[in-house]
Amino acid sequence: MSQDQEMVDAVPGAEVDGSEVGEPVREKQRIRVLVAQLPGSTDTAASFEFEKEDHTLGNALRYIIMKNPDVEFCGYSIPHPSEARMNLRIQTWDDVNVYDVLEKGLNDLMDLCDVVVDKFTISRDEFNATNPESEIRA
Amino acid sequence: MAPSQEELERRRIVGVHAEHVDNVSSTDFPHHYLGEDHSWDVDHFRNKLQVKFHKNKPFESVFSLVGIDAAVANAFRRILLAELPTLAIEDVFVFNNTSIIQDEVLCHRLGLIPLTGSLEGLRWMRWYKKPPPADDPAAQAAARASGEEFDSAASVPSDNNTVVMDLNVKCEWAPDGQKLAKQGERDPEKLYVNSSVYARQFQFVPQGNQEKYFAEPGQIRPVNPDVLIAKLRPGQEISLRCHCVKGIGADHAKFSPVATASYRLLPSITIKEPILGQDAKKFARCFPKGVIELVDDEATGEKKAVVKDTMKDTVSRECLRHDEFKDKVALGRYRDHFIFSVESTGQFESDALFLESVKALKAKCQRFKRNLADLMR
Repeated sequence: MSQDQEMVDAVPGAEVDGSEVGEPVREKQRIRVLVAQLPGSTDTAASFEFEKEDHTLGNALRYIIMKNPDVEFCGYSIPHPSEARMNLRIQTWDDVNVYDVLEKGLNDLMDLCDVVVDKFTISRDEFNATNPESEIRA
Repeated sequence: MAPSQEELERRRIVGVHAEHVDNVSSTDFPHHYLGEDHSWDVDHFRNKLQVKFHKNKPFESVFSLVGIDAAVANAFRRILLAELPTLAIEDVFVFNNTSIIQDEVLCHRLGLIPLTGSLEGLRWMRWYKKPPPADDPAAQAAARASGEEFDSAASVPSDNNTVVMDLNVKCEWAPDGQKLAKQGERDPEKLYVNSSVYARQFQFVPQGNQEKYFAEPGQIRPVNPDVLIAKLRPGQEISLRCHCVKGIGADHAKFSPVATASYRLLPSITIKEPILGQDAKKFARCFPKGVIELVDDEATGEKKAVVKDTMKDTVSRECLRHDEFKDKVALGRYRDHFIFSVESTGQFESDALFLESVKALKAKCQRFKRNLADLMR
């Protein structure tokens, strides 16, 4: 920016629901097709490309999908470090659909997050109750 | 066919040896062990997961997560470092800077100052999307090619995406400064006014609704008022205006909400054969204080080394360098016991940040579930 700009008040209605905490993309219209099917896929073996994702989601998703007994193989890779994309390969046994497996993986990972939040909150509140000095806040 | 307790313990421990580590990979997957079911089960996970707090201060939280895989624990750590949004100085408009610190160096320093303010207000703030520079056709083409919809409202600074802070400092002689100087006084604090510029001298300039959201005492301010920004001498002046926006650590480290967020695995020390007498004393000295305890051994009447608190161990492997110990002890780390240490920079509290990281991972899943549904349509 080469020059100073005047501040203007927010456009009414521009405020979107900020309930999705921590998600970098908040605008409603920003949902793009991020999961792209790579060629050579069948119902029981496919690779998915996740844009703007890395080891954070890749490894966690790989772990939870590998926990599914219908899955023969699951692995992820980041083909090139300077391209922000992550590939996930899933191969399943018999007549299990890879899309269902991926969806179950996402669901399971969400359930896992809920459990961690619950347990963490309980443990923290107990700790704070027994250690009053921790209650002192900045 | 359930595995024995001994076998389960063996699987839990990553072996640490003098020159190598072994048993590094998780094996808790279906089809890995014959007759064992390791498929995902939320209830089993809930029963197995333990969270133990060791320390909970706003600037540092230490806690153990037990019963979780490295893939997931690492996701939380990575999100803490790089994906949780915070407010930081992004654009600086320098009106006057006659100090000896160059404009660009000064601006870089300003960006790194951790800011804080009302949490409600920070949550209310939206992203500011920087438009590509008008004189850079390549950047404009890249922005168009990225296929992202251009939201013009997010590219205009407004009260819900930009916070304005002013810094106007001028150094002058103190009223009796020249006299003191003649008397040989050298201390700049006594000779001059504003010889040092501190972060506390920033002035928050609320815009629009910010009056309400960042009302006292929740005004935007540096976490630490004593951050030294620059030094001045009489006649020198810094006059600038900063625009602070929300961003994430992946874009620039100044947006990272944590100073560090890391984990280590709980060390395990197994004494396979009794270590007695003088050897026991020497053995205890191979570890940090408090790791090994000496107790009276009833069988021999000598002092015996027993493991007291492995949490304090650093896994230096010193004991493996001594021939008398190397076959009597097995070192390792618990594969599923993560001791997290989260140190916030002060914008949010450390424990709250961890919860945010878990929620952020969930939000990622939700987003891709929506995308997957679109793909299937």
